[in-house]
Amino acid sequence: MGDTDESRKCNRTAFVTVGTTSFDTLVRAVDSQEVKEELSKRGYTHLLIQMGRGSYIPQKSTGEDGSLTVDCFTFSSSIAENLRSASLVISHAGSGSIFETLRLGKPLIVVVNEDLMDNHQSELAEELADRTHLFCARPQTLYQVIAAMSLESLIPYPPGAASPVAKRINRFLGFPDD
Amino acid sequence: MEIGNSCCFFNLKSNVSTLLITITVTLVVIRFLYVIYWCGKPLRKSLQPISTLIVLGSGGHTAEMLNLLSVLQTDHFTPRFYIAAATDNMSLQKARVFENSLINEAGGEVIELAQFMQIYRSREVGQSYITSVVTTLVAMAHASWLMMKIRPQVILCNGPGTCIPLCVIAFFFKVLGIRWSSIFYVESIARVRRLSLSGLLLYKLRMADQLFVQWPRLQSKYPRAHYVGRLM
Repeated sequence: MGDTDESRKCNRTAFVTVGTTSFDTLVRAVDSQEVKEELSKRGYTHLLIQMGRGSYIPQKSTGEDGSLTVDCFTFSSSIAENLRSASLVISHAGSGSIFETLRLGKPLIVVVNEDLMDNHQSELAEELADRTHLFCARPQTLYQVIAAMSLESLIPYPPGAASPVAKRINRFLGFPDD
Repeated sequence: MEIGNSCCFFNLKSNVSTLLITITVTLVVIRFLYVIYWCGKPLRKSLQPISTLIVLGSGGHTAEMLNLLSVLQTDHFTPRFYIAAATDNMSLQKARVFENSLINEAGGEVIELAQFMQIYRSREVGQSYITSVVTTLVAMAHASWLMMKIRPQVILCNGPGTCIPLCVIAFFFKVLGIRWSSIFYVESIARVRRLSLSGLLLYKLRMADQLFVQWPRLQSKYPRAHYVGRLM
């Protein structure tokens, strides 16, 4: 119930991003009644969709009837701003958006695209979900994941470091470790 | 008699050519094994800067590569040549931003030490196999041309398929004695359970001097790989 109280005080945006290509199945899924209902129930007031090259255009809504405000756009030069102002991020499984979102410490649901031929992307999402840094969903299970997710259980992602690789490369080439 | 003579002549000729072929093949094989033996072994103790080829790829690959470059002492890895697929405009753009940030840090006094190039891809997604043969040949020729121009001492790559022709050519340069380049391959963080096709090829063919993986599970599956933890 805390969620609904909070929603009256401020905007809570669920930001959806599909990356540089298209992922119509995801856009269609977030545009579905089930997902929108679950988002409202969890206290989200706005749904912003970055739809990429997709051909499916979600129905926009001003949310005057008390429902979710829905807006969409194709691309933006920097989605960092959208990620920063979001309360929940629903993303495709690309490692770029995953790590950008985790670094900002935002709750994240990664939706795996099952239509991709070489579906190695699910590996990363599933591994990070096992470590409870994020939630992993399929387009058709997204509404269930939103309904069941407990944001408190998420563990902040400890950022990695490139210095061990750099050290090995330097040692191999005879440069000092500095 | 005459017939017998010419037979002897032919026999002699074919014997000589067999001998020559055997010697050549043996020498090539020895050189080949020599190169494979020395791959993966540190060679030099020198502080001279070394020319570096950086292969960029779309998606998360470029972010991971720039992350690595940001912790390397870039003045050791000079000059730097960035290569990305001809269809990929974003990656070189990001590399330019990174290089500009280095110049700014140095107070703008440094001359630009980086070059940016594009390479034809051997196969686009969804392309038919017959046309792929032609495009692969074009891509190989283009890659050879670029490699002749750059002749890098170090190659850094982390996943995109464009690195394969470059690494194959680098390997032949080693065999032919044109240039000895050390190849470092960092498997993408997105690969948790299996190596990518590029990674697998470089691993199986022993072309990478060092192959790094970011998840422990991969290292246990591919024991010659080095586990270095997550870069991102």
